[in-house]
Amino acid sequence: MAWVNAIIQGVLTGGLYALFACGLSLMFGVMNVVNLAHGDLAVVAGYVAIGIIAVTHVPVLASFLIVVPVMALLGYVLQRTILQGALDRSVLTTLLVTFGLSVVIENGLLQFFTANSRAIGTGLSLVTGSFKLGSQIQIGYLLVVIFATAVVVLLGLQYFLSRSRYGRLIRAVADDKEAAQLSGVDYRHVFGIAAALAFGTVALAGVAYGMYSQLQPTTGTDTILLFAFAAVVIGGLGSLWGTLLGGVVLGVAQQIGAQINISDEVLAGYIVFLAVLVLRPQGLTTRRAQS
Amino acid sequence: MTVATDTTTRSEEEFRVTRSRRNVAWTGAGALAVVVVLAFFPYIVYSGTTTIMVQAFIVLTLASMWNLLAGYAGLVSVGHQAFVGLGAYFVLILAIHGTSPFAALPVAAIGCGVAALPLWWLVSRLRSGYFAIATWVLAATVMLVIEKFSSIGGGTGMPLPGLSGFSPTLLTADTYWAGLAVTVIALAGIYLLLRGRLGLVLTAIRDDETAARSSGARVGLARLLVFVVTGAGCGAAGALLAISQLQVQPGAVFSVQWTAEMAFATIIGGLGTIEGPIIGTAVYMVLQQTLAAYNAWYLIILGLVAIAVALFARRGLWGLVDEHLNVRLFPVGYWLRATGAPGRKNGK
Repeated sequence: MAWVNAIIQGVLTGGLYALFACGLSLMFGVMNVVNLAHGDLAVVAGYVAIGIIAVTHVPVLASFLIVVPVMALLGYVLQRTILQGALDRSVLTTLLVTFGLSVVIENGLLQFFTANSRAIGTGLSLVTGSFKLGSQIQIGYLLVVIFATAVVVLLGLQYFLSRSRYGRLIRAVADDKEAAQLSGVDYRHVFGIAAALAFGTVALAGVAYGMYSQLQPTTGTDTILLFAFAAVVIGGLGSLWGTLLGGVVLGVAQQIGAQINISDEVLAGYIVFLAVLVLRPQGLTTRRAQS
Repeated sequence: MTVATDTTTRSEEEFRVTRSRRNVAWTGAGALAVVVVLAFFPYIVYSGTTTIMVQAFIVLTLASMWNLLAGYAGLVSVGHQAFVGLGAYFVLILAIHGTSPFAALPVAAIGCGVAALPLWWLVSRLRSGYFAIATWVLAATVMLVIEKFSSIGGGTGMPLPGLSGFSPTLLTADTYWAGLAVTVIALAGIYLLLRGRLGLVLTAIRDDETAARSSGARVGLARLLVFVVTGAGCGAAGALLAISQLQVQPGAVFSVQWTAEMAFATIIGGLGTIEGPIIGTAVYMVLQQTLAAYNAWYLIILGLVAIAVALFARRGLWGLVDEHLNVRLFPVGYWLRATGAPGRKNGK
């Protein structure tokens, strides 16, 4: 029964990891940018939420309504300025610049907010509450809500990319930005929109992680970025639904690892990641969706 | 085609291809003089200065290795802290079994070079950004595996044994000389590698990978060689770190901060030149020493400067010097010089 429980918990945390991963995957698929500051930006979103809740006393769930648009705007601005500047130079420059951003953000958080860990909405029944399945399996409401959010976000992204006008533009620019430019599309603006979408999901991921666990300045890299990347590779590069599958596989691997030895949770996830890298480098889903 | 033939016939009469405009022997003599002066430092300066110098040697070795990776082979690794950590742990393990840490240092470097082979096999299929994060995950995995062995300190680490027989003065001096030796070997090794066949292959790949492949350049082998050499170099720096800190902590030696430092020093100094990391290390040390009282601020400022340099002065501080003075201390490219006329740079 403990194993069944581990698998259920793993599947549900997979939703959280998919939320980490879809923004990373989107930015790579559309503008060929691997954003090494991805995780740190999620932590920034979490800290912003903590600040907003502390200052304005808005309900925890309402903080999303502020944090997501703020981060999306930041994404647009960052893409139109620094990231576009780096892209105009070379792909290597985007890596150097986003790595620089990552280190600067992480140490900045450390400097201003100390290394203490912070959580969001600890008093909420949604965060602490759980329900039982049978006698041994206990499932937190929060994980179910996060998983559902991840599915809704992925559905929304897919709908947006395949049906809406901007979605079509994003796909066109991802396929061939020069050709799109010739047809009268300002690809820089479209890149900005894609970055805004990605940063919106990043904000969701950061706040969700702050509610699920605790945020520290180092969480952005050692948990969010690396888990997001592992989920992307396991699921298959460039595939949106692959991130959910990858997240679920990673989550299950971690929970099974924890079941064997509580300290092996993270290691077990990375071992599965490395095995996929060696045995199936194209990922578990081979379908290429948005790239 | 006619133009090319034309140049070939003319080159015999009017053009000369040289490594440098100035005589390399002078640079060589200068470098030797600097090394000799540095070797006498423990006799003439306070031990506080040599301790800071050891730190500079570590950063310079790391930065030079990262420069070879990113600047010459185009491999942006964010996981070379794996080798810093492994180097430190090789020294620790050998010291526990009774080897002197100083004798263990070269063994640690070779061990890291060997360890680089399976790690390369895992990440070699990935390119650019995905390569960067994959190396990062790999470094995290290596740390988690090391932490599982409680005999070498588990998750908390342990002090480095085998150095209690040294007097503090002698230990500081020996550490300094070891650091100087590691740095000189690292820089000379990179210089010779880049002047040789590997340098040519890497330049060809940088200009056009497909063309290089179709001309028979062994691209995969060149990248493997670079990964192994930089693994060994970062391992030596990690071994030096263990000896200078007298303890090994997994969280500290496997910290991504090492990669941040090597990357920032290289970018600021100038990516893709041997002189760049030297200038970058100097900038790094000045900032770090000045802002020592303000915790992580030096890293924040270095990061911001590195971002600005990457965006606005891509060839770094050394690039600015080179642009105006045409100086190369370590010439690894070629000059095409018309006899009688001012020289013209070829390639870079």
